[in-house]
Amino acid sequence: MRFIFKTDYAQDVNLAKHGGHVFWYSALMLLLLAAPWIFAEYWLAQLTLVLIYSIAGLGLMLLAGFTGLFSMGHAAFLGVGAYTHTVLTNMGVPFPFALACAASLSAAVGLLVGLPALRVKGIYLGIATLSFGFIVEEVLARWESVTGGNAGVHIKKPDIFGWVLSSGEQFYFLCLVITVVGTLGILNLLRSPTGRAFVAIRDSEISAQSMGIHLAYYKTLSFAISAAFAGVAGALYAHNLQFISPDQFNILQSIDLLLMIVIGGVGSVHGAFLGAIFLITMPQAIAMVKDYLPATLGQAPGLQGLVYGLVLIAFVLFEPMGLYGRWLKIRTYLQMFPFYRKGMFKRQKSFQKSDRLK
Amino acid sequence: MTEILLSAKNLSVRFGGVLAVNNVSFDVKQGEVFTLIGPNGAGKTTVFNLISRIYTPTMGEIDFAGPTGMLKLTTQPPQNVASLGIARTFQNIELFEHASVLHNLLIGRHTHRATGLWQDFFFTAKARDAELIAREKAEEVIEFLSLQHYRDTFVAGLPYGVRKVVELARALCTEPKLLLLDEPSSGLNVEETDDMAFWIQDIKNELGITVLMVEHDMSLVSKVSDRVLAMNQGEMLAMGTPREVQTDPGVIEAYLGSIDDVSSLRRTASGVSSAQEAA
Repeated sequence: MRFIFKTDYAQDVNLAKHGGHVFWYSALMLLLLAAPWIFAEYWLAQLTLVLIYSIAGLGLMLLAGFTGLFSMGHAAFLGVGAYTHTVLTNMGVPFPFALACAASLSAAVGLLVGLPALRVKGIYLGIATLSFGFIVEEVLARWESVTGGNAGVHIKKPDIFGWVLSSGEQFYFLCLVITVVGTLGILNLLRSPTGRAFVAIRDSEISAQSMGIHLAYYKTLSFAISAAFAGVAGALYAHNLQFISPDQFNILQSIDLLLMIVIGGVGSVHGAFLGAIFLITMPQAIAMVKDYLPATLGQAPGLQGLVYGLVLIAFVLFEPMGLYGRWLKIRTYLQMFPFYRKGMFKRQKSFQKSDRLK
Repeated sequence: MTEILLSAKNLSVRFGGVLAVNNVSFDVKQGEVFTLIGPNGAGKTTVFNLISRIYTPTMGEIDFAGPTGMLKLTTQPPQNVASLGIARTFQNIELFEHASVLHNLLIGRHTHRATGLWQDFFFTAKARDAELIAREKAEEVIEFLSLQHYRDTFVAGLPYGVRKVVELARALCTEPKLLLLDEPSSGLNVEETDDMAFWIQDIKNELGITVLMVEHDMSLVSKVSDRVLAMNQGEMLAMGTPREVQTDPGVIEAYLGSIDDVSSLRRTASGVSSAQEAA
């Protein structure tokens, strides 16, 4: 059991709360930096994909986990980012500018989608964003002069002012840098007034407003930031696959993203990463187990969907805090051994809420 | 002492066919504790919601002595009310449940934020300094209300009485000129209510904050209030010192019914019995 003696308010402001944080996150960073020399090419590509999904997950986590607004059309922002970036890159725009444009355009679209969020919430917002996702997918398929339609479009290698990243290792490091910057950005937001305003809106709109938080501004801001992250992830996703088509940004992708943060743990930054790892490794695990299953089950189409569905139901029922919540419990168990009690993480029912703002 | 901080003139608000508040006028003076009392459904909380701009009055207006002199509160957007210097608590506690007490208090510092989005995103030196200043202010309030013990506890795990205090603390963190307390003692036990009375007096005397509150507990009301306004069914009944209001015949009638009601009941009863006799 670790006891932290606080002698300075800065200790609560710092990201690393104690030596353990410094040690473990440094170790993780070293591992990630050494990854190209440790892992085989295939696994490095999977790790790259985990990083890309983490970026999108971070954005969705900010929106759904910290502002309490669920988006069921998040793949659309991914698509807007991917197509903007592809079109600009193929025109010869250097990578940083193209990426910035992809993020900005996604953010602008996010602002637009954020507007209905000011009026509707919960399941209604889910439906609104869902239909938005369909609209974007359709636009990407029909606007053939720009997007190449259903045939898809190829993208050139990332080009940072003449330095072309042609190998998988170089692209991995590019993704790593962007992920680290994005994660630090989200963590910084969450420890500052902006992030606190998001959390306030999630927990009680009426008192957030009476604390002077401009609901409309912060809700649209959350949508914009979230969409910008998805846009950046979309741009990297396009580079990763080197070919994009509208059906990569359909409803299934949106549900994957949502699944990712719910399984990772809504309301925790760790959850975005754990969810991304789950989302990428699960198909591999299923493929490995497949051969040992009876043929009727193992070779049946839709096995992956079945497993995802079961896992999601199991998490919602038994571990609503997701993988991160489970990890917290395991860690507490180990730290407190043998004094861990079963009910430690049980919360008492919340008290009656007064009416929400419309 | 005589300077007017908030003045409501001929306030009325109508929800469909219900006239929730009807022609209510009152002045809250700088540095006093002004209490609204009345039976359930009298429109007390509605008056609060009018002041904190959750509702817009159908008629009448509210003037408030803001930082730049008297201004019309009723034309301000709701999120500006806090930065003008009005903080409030809620009847049914409205805390940010999935955050620690400290986090809740820091949200109370929102109107004093000094940084923008990008400064927050990169957590610049200015953002760090602003955080430390906010923390110091929050600690002052924690000390004032003796919340040290609960600083890092999640609100969701706190007992009801403590939540009430945390909500008061969060309102104080905005450094208000006017504090609106909606039933500060509801759900508290006798001891906690005594603490609350003590704190309200301290808020008035030490911090110099004007308090406008809605309260049912008459012992608390008479202990801390300078003036009391009694309301019933959206209308003003009586205004004055706690003693004056408590002895006002109209107020007694609103709470207990009039002697006429009782005697009329009696007559009906005798009427029934005489009718039975006739049969």
